Amino acid sequence: MTLTDVILQQVINGLSLGAMYALLALGFTLVYGILELINFSHFNVFMVGSFIAMYVLQAFGLSGQTTILTGLPLVGVLVAAFAVTMLACGAIGVGIERFLLRPLRAVKGPAAMILTIGVSYVLFNLVILGSGADSKNFPNPLPALQWPIGGAVLRLREVLIWAVSLLLMGGLTYFVGYTKLGKAMRATAQDPEAARMMGVEVDRVIMTAFFLGAALAGAGGLIFGLYYNFTSFIIGFNAGLRAFTAAVLGGIGNVPGAMLGGLMIGLIEAFSGAFIATAWSDVIIFSILVLVLVFRPAGLLGRVAPNKS
Amino acid sequence: MLDKSGRDGSALLEFRSVNTYYGDLHVLKNVDYFIGKGEIVCLLGGNASGKSTTMKTIMGVVRPHSGEVVYDGQPISKLATNERVKRGIAPVLEARRLFPRMTVYENLELGAYTQPRGAQFDEDLERVYELFPRVKERRTQLAGTLSGGEQQMVAIGRALMARPRLICMDEPSMGLSPLFVEQVFDIIQTINRQGTTIFMVEQNANMALSIAHRAYVLQTGVVVLSGSAAELRENEDIKQAYLGEMQVAPT
Repeated sequence: MTLTDVILQQVINGLSLGAMYALLALGFTLVYGILELINFSHFNVFMVGSFIAMYVLQAFGLSGQTTILTGLPLVGVLVAAFAVTMLACGAIGVGIERFLLRPLRAVKGPAAMILTIGVSYVLFNLVILGSGADSKNFPNPLPALQWPIGGAVLRLREVLIWAVSLLLMGGLTYFVGYTKLGKAMRATAQDPEAARMMGVEVDRVIMTAFFLGAALAGAGGLIFGLYYNFTSFIIGFNAGLRAFTAAVLGGIGNVPGAMLGGLMIGLIEAFSGAFIATAWSDVIIFSILVLVLVFRPAGLLGRVAPNKS
Repeated sequence: MLDKSGRDGSALLEFRSVNTYYGDLHVLKNVDYFIGKGEIVCLLGGNASGKSTTMKTIMGVVRPHSGEVVYDGQPISKLATNERVKRGIAPVLEARRLFPRMTVYENLELGAYTQPRGAQFDEDLERVYELFPRVKERRTQLAGTLSGGEQQMVAIGRALMARPRLICMDEPSMGLSPLFVEQVFDIIQTINRQGTTIFMVEQNANMALSIAHRAYVLQTGVVVLSGSAAELRENEDIKQAYLGEMQVAPT
């Protein structure tokens, strides 16, 4: 492998990881943008999502990497798995908002954030209780198709991850930019009281943000399983922390920022793993975070102070 | 007697012995207002008199502790803000409060949030653009990049997009140059003549009383004076407290 091939390969790997982090980072940013709340339960909604996805795939009779599907059955199974996982995670997100966070809405201070940490631990332990603490072999029905690009290799799973991520991020961008509810969401993020006085049902907007964020985390959980061929109760912490870093790096509250931040974190992780050592990935990722925060406290695409004039 | 704006002496909005609290702080104390259909009614008062609380109580952001807010003959104290906007109450908020990182057009769309899209929306948009050609020119610009006067036009246009029967304005002249203040008050009169009732909180008592039909004076949450605008303009206490002050400290 020449240096160019190594670089190309790491771009492929990095963009795949990055797409997953971006999907996850969007959930942090959507909720933060509206409530200025860091939702730590998001870490483990992602993890639960990958378990739900695993059960859905198993329900189709798949296990491990032994059953390979092609053509329509493959597309059907994947569409169903993404749809069920995203809806189920979305419902979990809405439940967390409606029944746990909304009663705390009027309480100032860190109570709501602490609550999300609590919820995160509850989800974490529920999964251990329900499925045990061993890591699970994730069903992967994708054929082992791959295409050489120079000396690098592009696999079907990467193409799938990019396609799904592009579709979801494009959909979200359209929703936030051009639909009535999406515009209400941006208005609420900029000035909740004014939005309310325009007749926007702020509770509905908040619920939508939680639904979308959690659904994207669900998609991220499924992607994690397809990419790494395993899942475990522990995966939420590492991926969640990186995705949160991605959101802050891009400018928390900023939708394109979360996408950019996610891709950057993915690329940094891939390159530092290839050129230095995997053990250094976290050091490098979080050092870059610290540097960005020192020199651009609002993140790459964020604004230093909200302009509410 | 009816005039062009449909004034017939019946109430569009009433406060009946309204009391509001922020925690232990008693803000509005047994307040009564009567805003007749087609009127411009102005609310004068210094800082912390309860003017903004009045506005928030009308919009349903603050709920009265006791008493009743009646709109078009029906009690609305328990209605959600969204429902009030649907019924035709639209605000022009203090300091305008546009959505700064959305375009002028999107701000107008949000004004019409409770209204169906379609022919009616286009008609309302056309009306706003006619009233404010400047707003039409700026429609693709981010609202936060506009001058204060332009922002005020968008804020009034945004309220009109809700097809309101009652517009509640919180300090429409705040932070505007004298030239713009005059324009804004002209527009308010025009809108009123086209049939919309106006309830306006204003520091610029001189200007406000020159276009209002009636006025209330609020002091630390109590209505201390009310009457026709002409009467209040001649009232010695008002001259002392508001009209004189405005000449010393023009906004």
